[in-house]
Amino acid sequence: MDISTKTTDASPPTPQPAAAGKRGAARSTSRPGDRIFLGLSRGSGILLLVIMAAIAVFLTYRASLAISKDHGNFLTSFEWNTNIDPPVFGIAVLAFGTVVSSVIAMALAVPIAVAIALFLTHYAPRRMSGPVAYVVDLLAAVPSIVYGLWGALVLVPHMNGLFGWLNDYFGWTGIFSWDGGAPRSMLTVGILLAIMILPIITNVSREVFRQVPQMHEEAALALGATRWEVIRMAVLPFGRSGVISASMLGLGRALGETMAVATVLSPDFDIHASLLNPGGGTFAQNIASKFGEATEQGRDALIASGLILFVITLLVNGAARAIIARRKEYSGANA
Amino acid sequence: MAKRIDVSGLTAYYGSHKAIEDISMTVEPRSVTAFIGPSGCGKSTFLRTLNRMHEVTPGGRVEGKVLLDDEDLYGAGVDPVSVRREVGMVFQRPNPFPTMSIFDNVAAGLRLNGSYKKSQLNDIVEKSLKGANLWNEVKDRLNKPGSGLSGGQQQRLCIARAIAVEPKVLLMDEPCSALDPISTLAIEDLIGELKERFTIVIVTHNMQQAARVSDRTAFFNLAAVGQPGRLIEIDDTERIFSNPSVQATEDYISGRFG
Repeated sequence: MDISTKTTDASPPTPQPAAAGKRGAARSTSRPGDRIFLGLSRGSGILLLVIMAAIAVFLTYRASLAISKDHGNFLTSFEWNTNIDPPVFGIAVLAFGTVVSSVIAMALAVPIAVAIALFLTHYAPRRMSGPVAYVVDLLAAVPSIVYGLWGALVLVPHMNGLFGWLNDYFGWTGIFSWDGGAPRSMLTVGILLAIMILPIITNVSREVFRQVPQMHEEAALALGATRWEVIRMAVLPFGRSGVISASMLGLGRALGETMAVATVLSPDFDIHASLLNPGGGTFAQNIASKFGEATEQGRDALIASGLILFVITLLVNGAARAIIARRKEYSGANA
Repeated sequence: MAKRIDVSGLTAYYGSHKAIEDISMTVEPRSVTAFIGPSGCGKSTFLRTLNRMHEVTPGGRVEGKVLLDDEDLYGAGVDPVSVRREVGMVFQRPNPFPTMSIFDNVAAGLRLNGSYKKSQLNDIVEKSLKGANLWNEVKDRLNKPGSGLSGGQQQRLCIARAIAVEPKVLLMDEPCSALDPISTLAIEDLIGELKERFTIVIVTHNMQQAARVSDRTAFFNLAAVGQPGRLIEIDDTERIFSNPSVQATEDYISGRFG
């Protein structure tokens, strides 16, 4: 640090020789490098806010055009018909489908991703963890349409066995009842989304677990903890907020996933108790499948549904931040 | 019940590098034994072989025998986890679990070992914190995070955590090197009290500290950088600091090198 300060001190030609006499406390802020970097980073921050605001304004404006003409109840109606006059459309089915498919995806993906991350950081021999981590990275790079095609051509035909089993043993719950139709249902979508969000959650969790200070793990070991107990006492609590953040990244992808859902799901405009029977829909899938043929009015309606997705995402992220902040004083950052 | 440690022919490696070679010594129960020596001489490595923590380091392995009373810690079928439940350890930097309260930190080892009633836990935590001379400072904030304490308090919390499980031996790896003089004094006083109940082994870079707290002192040295560390001599502390039998010990203690 000292050395670099001295070299920058000597090399740049002093821009204001007149100020040379007053080179005191303010000296470091007046160097061009500092000013350029400050400008760049401040500009980036402001740009982000501007983009967010622009999206919010665009969504709200177009959505308000549509909602003011809507003669159903926008939030609760089960109908989507924008070509009649006055139009009738509601997002209840889409909100339900989006939340349900994402919840399934999270319930499947988070435990598996955390387990993979723990395996890579704490169990696997080093020779093995590198290549496995690389493969997980590759999974994240596969385009979602490829997942969608794989889901439609491979996953869907192979779901019959699982669906039959679920129907036999858990069909009485209603959630897992199945009428034997094509398994292009919310559960299949949830499973596909789980596979898609697995890599990002795994990667971020792995980085977090790798950052657990050696001294905390040694503290647990020295108390006579087994490897699993070390993980339970030192690694998981330390990584908790990081795993939540990782899950939020995955959830963001699951909430907004479009092509994979559109390729696999057989949609309709109804809320079904069963996760196994086809039907339902998600915001992103509905927008993608209707946008091309929609009238101006129809597009505004789709944008209105996009606004709700935007709001749901904000709420979920806010909730996650609140969870992390609640136990802030116990976080590993105080170590 | 404090136990005697009997080490014979102990050699420890990091991968192919031999860190310490052929160390033999006896550590008496209910006494304080200090390890001194220049940096890199292997005294911390040796300490970590006494609770099988050395092998946690990738590539770490050990040859030789460590008898705790009559049980060989490196015998076939001995579980390192059960060794560490008998031989507690306090580290150089205070390392309370940042995600746990003061109470939970002390109770952490107990909860590993079995189930206790809440009242039993309360009693043991109080006793351990009193044993570590920390009770009066923290009794009103047992549910606050341990990371909010000062460095010296954190180190005493770690000592409380280590003694809560009633180990036979307590290993301390430079426990005061990150602390100010007042906190150091508090820990040294504590060591004097703890030796009534435990066998204590302490690594220290501070020779005055070794002279103040220990009954026996072992001097480690290495022939050259890259060579394995060896035990030069172990004797009563008084004798080591007044009239050691090896010239190298005297040179080190009188500050002629190291």
